Amino acid sequence: MNPVLKLLLEGETLDTAQMGKILGLGPDAVARELDQLRRDGVLLGLRPVLNPAWEAERRVRAVIEIKVRPEGRGGFDGLAERISAFEQVESCHLMSGGYDLLVVVAADSLYKVASFVHERLARIEGVQGTSTHFILRAYKKDGFVVGDQGADRDKPAVSA
Amino acid sequence: MNDDRRFVARHVAALPKSGIRDFFAIVSQMRDAVSLGIGEPDFVTPFSIREAAMAALEKGRTSYTDNRGLLALREEISRYVARNYGPEYRPDDEILVTIGVSEALDILLRAVLNPGDKVLYHEPCYVSYAPSVALCHAVPVPVRTSARDAWALDPAALRAAWQPGCKVLVLNFPTNPTGGTADRAKLEAIAAFAVEKDLLVASDEIYSELTYEGDHVSIASLPGMRERTVFLHGFSKAFAMTGFRVGYACGPAAVIDGMLKVHQYAIMCAPIVSQEAAIEALRNGRDAMLHMRDKYRERRDFIVRRLNELGLPCHLPRGAFYAFPRVDVTGLDSMAFAQGLLREQKVAIVPGTAFGEAGAGFCRASFSTSYERINEAMERIGRHLDALRAR
Repeated sequence: MNPVLKLLLEGETLDTAQMGKILGLGPDAVARELDQLRRDGVLLGLRPVLNPAWEAERRVRAVIEIKVRPEGRGGFDGLAERISAFEQVESCHLMSGGYDLLVVVAADSLYKVASFVHERLARIEGVQGTSTHFILRAYKKDGFVVGDQGADRDKPAVSA
Repeated sequence: MNDDRRFVARHVAALPKSGIRDFFAIVSQMRDAVSLGIGEPDFVTPFSIREAAMAALEKGRTSYTDNRGLLALREEISRYVARNYGPEYRPDDEILVTIGVSEALDILLRAVLNPGDKVLYHEPCYVSYAPSVALCHAVPVPVRTSARDAWALDPAALRAAWQPGCKVLVLNFPTNPTGGTADRAKLEAIAAFAVEKDLLVASDEIYSELTYEGDHVSIASLPGMRERTVFLHGFSKAFAMTGFRVGYACGPAAVIDGMLKVHQYAIMCAPIVSQEAAIEALRNGRDAMLHMRDKYRERRDFIVRRLNELGLPCHLPRGAFYAFPRVDVTGLDSMAFAQGLLREQKVAIVPGTAFGEAGAGFCRASFSTSYERINEAMERIGRHLDALRAR
């Protein structure tokens, strides 16, 4: 795996200068690697992972199962791409099983999420039905366990 | 005559305090310190192992066990040691489960040493070796190792250090604090010497899974050595299980039997929950262990490169998770350098002299921590060296 990508995936907070030091590259070389990863379509972007407890006071999230009728223009892909275009949609996946698309929607109030679902999503041609589940609490997010695990609290800072 | 110290035995009063304690006391009071002084994994124990401990509690596994340890664990240890190190030990009478290698070494020395016996060991070494020998009213005989040999034990130096009365040779490869290892040729020469002088070898192989260059060879696997070697190992380092406190000794039945006597009177048995967790580690912990080893290796490459770039010459440690750079190139001894670095830049490393006189001029920097912290420590060490040069 590309060493820059490998380092990013380890989840430490490192800037390009720090990554350069670790990998034995100049910061410019790290930046070039990142550019190349973007151009290759491997790296879509970088975002901070926020503590859901902090975020919950500002954002409401819902997971929405959508059943669609894939006839007409574009089939599943066309519908999924159309739904993905909404800025409220954080992620959109085609699923196997009892429904077709799994969509995560975020907005700054429960009301706005609900409005988006029934005024926008449900009205899209080809959408047959939706089932909305509001997220109440997060315990693990993007590989980070939420909350103080207390693992290091009593570990001696210097030991033999 | 109200001095409470009168109650303390002379040989205990004469023991030096571990040099590590002083640093620990200062660092633990300090804010924003970056510690490379940690002698344990920065990983939490893999979850399947923690879950095995929880399951043991849920099932009400809260009793004593056989003094030797759970039979199921001894059977797993027997298989693991045979598969990874070579020698086969009978679970019934050649394996003893202990409270880490620390206890295993302590009770081994107590089981075999008579007052005045001498014990050879290579230095720099783990802080407990000389004190454990002294607590048996026996005499520690250090053999110096050096950066020139990548801190492997030179068989010629061992021969030169030998004296009449030497009964035990303690080996620790890979070595804490140097990361030194011994290849097969060196071990064969050491083994031949042990046979010639009829030495019992105590081989502390706690870091053996964390070997980055070449394959780890246990001296117990060499011809003629199984009957004069006690193989000491545990779970703390490779499986990130320091807090579980569980290790083991494998060796000739008569020696294990002697150790068992000391163990049953002093300790009774290792905690059952930790033993259950150890079974899981041996059965299903290998992938997690290999993942951690890969991480250590990457961090090792980084810290060693940076230390050398900064002007602190550092060999590539072949195992364990410690870099052992020279610091006397600054004109300071190890203690003065480590104290200055802690005071001026709040970076904790451990003076090499904490691991014996042979560590003079060096310091131990653990790379069992995140890239972020290692990088920050290296930046601060760079600033410290610049300031020292400007003086």
